[in-house]
Amino acid sequence: MSGNADAAQSQGAEHARELRQYLWGYGLAIALTLVPFGLVNWSVLSRHGLYLAIGGFALAQIIVHFRCFLHIDPPRQKTDDLQLVLFSGLLLFFMIAGTIWILASLAARTG
Amino acid sequence: MSAAPPLEHPGINLGPAHPETKETKEKRGELLFGFWVFLMSDAVVFGLLFATYAAMLHARAGGPGPEKLYDIKSAFIETLLLLTSSFTFGMASLALKYDKRREELLAWLAVTMCLGALFLGFEVHDFLSMFHKGGGPDRSAYLSAFFALVPLHGLHVTSGIVWMLALIGQIRVHGIDRDVKLGLLRLGLFWHFLDIVWVAIFSTIYLGGLA
Repeated sequence: MSGNADAAQSQGAEHARELRQYLWGYGLAIALTLVPFGLVNWSVLSRHGLYLAIGGFALAQIIVHFRCFLHIDPPRQKTDDLQLVLFSGLLLFFMIAGTIWILASLAARTG
Repeated sequence: MSAAPPLEHPGINLGPAHPETKETKEKRGELLFGFWVFLMSDAVVFGLLFATYAAMLHARAGGPGPEKLYDIKSAFIETLLLLTSSFTFGMASLALKYDKRREELLAWLAVTMCLGALFLGFEVHDFLSMFHKGGGPDRSAYLSAFFALVPLHGLHVTSGIVWMLALIGQIRVHGIDRDVKLGLLRLGLFWHFLDIVWVAIFSTIYLGGLA
């Protein structure tokens, strides 16, 4: 009987922890959405500053989504799942940065 | 947090309480890993479309640009709708994991689906207003790149809604069995992933275009 009660209690604790994780994720994501929209809507910064701020907030929000909604939690994660995320991130970085670099260079030399 | 068990796979983990999803030829973690590989390859497709968009941003052929075509209010409403739908899907996942009443699971799924449909409504409205302002995909390389990227995300959301409808139908006919549980785990990954793609879209395209 006490074993069942223990199991129920630990399940209750896990439920509370996971609910908190979704609530934190939602709250943080809302905040990280509101700030850049506000900055752009009222043009608070110079254009260069706005680009930097938008990029920073987007990166932070993507990390919050991975952590709180997709439950990517490095110390607890199976290595395959984590390595795949990191490898895909590396591929994306190479392909996006490479494409923009090469095409911008092409435009500068031919335009 | 240190007492939390190791994770079998991305997304919510059902834990020891749902053994039928584990008693299969393949383990639950392996089944979801396959879907995770698909999502990461989908991310690469979106990434390349983003790169194309960035490279074509100034190729307007005299056509209208972002300042004339985008509407920040509409992008903001769409963002809130999709973000909230990600949260409500999380609540559906918890209702599944902790064996709440079936009605609770179905209600959260229905709310998620409605938010997704509202998002699509606003998005279609945006596209139509762009057409009216002379900004269709055939106008310039910039607009071709825009219409390759943003509606592709909308198509993903549409297929997520169709998938959710199918799962709701399965629950009504078969109950919450093994296949429904595994389907909901996969759909959860898909839905949260689409919200991440949207974060990249509203940041680079809408906010970047209007900054």
